[in-house]
Amino acid sequence: MTDIDKLLQRDSFIERNARSRAQALLDPGTFRELAGPFERLYSPWLAMQQLVTQADDGVVVAKGLLEGAPTVVLAIEGGFQGGSMGEIGTAKIAGALELAARDNRRGIPTQAVILFETGGVRLQEANLGLAGIAEIQSAIVDLRRYRPVIGVSAGTVGCYGGMSIAAGLCSWLVLTREARLGLNGPQVIEQEAGVAEFDARNRALIWGLTGGAQRAASGLADACVDDDSAAIRATVAGLFARGVPAQHRSERAADYLAALAQADTAVQPAAADVRTVYMKGEA
Amino acid sequence: MEKLEYTFAAGQPAPGRAVTGVVASGDLEVLLEPGQAGSTTVAVQTSVDGYGANWTALLERVLGPGTLPAARIEINDNGATPGVVRMRIEQAFEEQANGGQRP
Amino acid sequence: MMASTHTSRGAMWLRLLTGGAPALHDWPSVRVCDAPLNGQTARWIAVVPDPDNRFPRARNGEVGLVEGWQLAQAVQETIAQDRDAPVKRPIVAVIDVPSQAYGRREEAFGIHQALAGAAGAYAQARLAGHPVIGLIVGLAMSGAFLAHGYQANRLIALDDPGVMVHAMGKASAARVTLRTVEALEKLAEKVPPMAYDIRNFASLGILSQVLQLTNLALPDEQDLALVHGALETALQDILEDRERNLTGRLQGQHRAASRRVRQLLETQWEAAD
Repeated sequence: MTDIDKLLQRDSFIERNARSRAQALLDPGTFRELAGPFERLYSPWLAMQQLVTQADDGVVVAKGLLEGAPTVVLAIEGGFQGGSMGEIGTAKIAGALELAARDNRRGIPTQAVILFETGGVRLQEANLGLAGIAEIQSAIVDLRRYRPVIGVSAGTVGCYGGMSIAAGLCSWLVLTREARLGLNGPQVIEQEAGVAEFDARNRALIWGLTGGAQRAASGLADACVDDDSAAIRATVAGLFARGVPAQHRSERAADYLAALAQADTAVQPAAADVRTVYMKGEA
Repeated sequence: MEKLEYTFAAGQPAPGRAVTGVVASGDLEVLLEPGQAGSTTVAVQTSVDGYGANWTALLERVLGPGTLPAARIEINDNGATPGVVRMRIEQAFEEQANGGQRP
Repeated sequence: MMASTHTSRGAMWLRLLTGGAPALHDWPSVRVCDAPLNGQTARWIAVVPDPDNRFPRARNGEVGLVEGWQLAQAVQETIAQDRDAPVKRPIVAVIDVPSQAYGRREEAFGIHQALAGAAGAYAQARLAGHPVIGLIVGLAMSGAFLAHGYQANRLIALDDPGVMVHAMGKASAARVTLRTVEALEKLAEKVPPMAYDIRNFASLGILSQVLQLTNLALPDEQDLALVHGALETALQDILEDRERNLTGRLQGQHRAASRRVRQLLETQWEAAD
């Protein structure tokens, strides 16, 4: 197949909105949305500030089956307020993860996928967004003891802020080349530390250091996949089949401290330096 | 931010419900549910002030004829062009007709 | 060498509350020690400035790569040490963290993952039965707070203008939301979750106690007794709580939407076939 043919046959995950992405992941006919737009869970805080609200507050909670296994998908809508997390959106994600953990304690092996398309806390809700993200993190650590919690970030927003920490708690993490995964956005670093530290207009720098391919090559993500819904679904299914990892990435403090001790911090690192530091000694 | 409300004569209640679009820059979200027979209501929330006349004209064109099913419509708009608004409304009517979501 | 612009209340309070107990590790920016709380040994942890940090963007008390992973290691060690113990020792996070570290090295080496290490370890400790208490004595900002303290069973804060919880500093928040700092402050007066002061934060129902001291900068014996008492109260509260999750934070008047969402999810969780 030529490249053009492949491009035309590709079913872009990035171009789908959150609801559509959740539908693409779950087995056909099993998608069921909870606390959806018709419940009209509008953000009271945005309304107070005369800002247009979205009926699902930018998060879709969908229960269904994935390769026959009970799965809940939490899909963040990157198009609404940059995917930023407010009180209702975080409550949907944390609440669903809490119920999935409860399922497991009752013998039902519900697993979770989180579609991270977010800049982090919604500043118009600041402390409730931050508190909600802490609750999401708590719920991930609880659920991941039983069944994998798989994070996916496809782009174009990527995964930033407090939600990048949540992504770091996931059992497995899937990225595309277009996605970026980082704590602070390029503009924030440039503002805080100056353009020499980080030039927010330097796309090669940004994707080179924080893009999906680099993160996977450095062991900070488990797969970098084409922007294709079938490929992403297959990758997620494959990771669920592997089960809960023996040790979560976030539990490898000793390994990461040892690796960082080898880093030459006198100079700014290039992408290759990071890969060397983290993948030295890996099979 | 502006809020606008409209009522139009309509047919029998829409059989399903649908949600289309996203409140992204240049886009809008349309929620459509079955309405009372004979009447379609539209509640618009828009980030762009001062376009009331345009909304009235557009909604008149789409819903004025009164031939569409009776629906309760909510629109959350973030600066979409009339073309995009019309498309999302038509998408919503189409989806609810194709089984949409069970209420 | 530039003097640290951040006066470390965290270091001071850790020293005062533990009676100057010796550090368990040779770590310049993460202080870990054992000292009594309510008659039992507790582990106390604070992040403090290290002006000689190998990572130049983490020299003022920020939680950077090394701090995140060291917090993780300290808490993981605590869990391991008490794995077979019938009583899990309390862990007290003394919180004074101005922010996460902002820098190219940090993003390149995955600071998000380091902070996840810390947050995850604290959550695991709580799930394993350790009572985790967060004591906010200064700043509790953003990713740094998520990593160090926000997973606690109970959160206590001192009442002082220098004590603040927020997702982003005022100047940056103003820039990102395209407003002036003054406009943001005015908005925060009407929108409690946007406010920076600890009283407004307390109204969200996330804190279990707010403490009025006589002198925050130079605490006296009475102040110390008050803080010790509050920590002991929190400890008792946790021990009597059947839950070791964060649901205690959902009771405030300003968290009605958080409760409603969970109720709705629970109602709809089982398909009504």
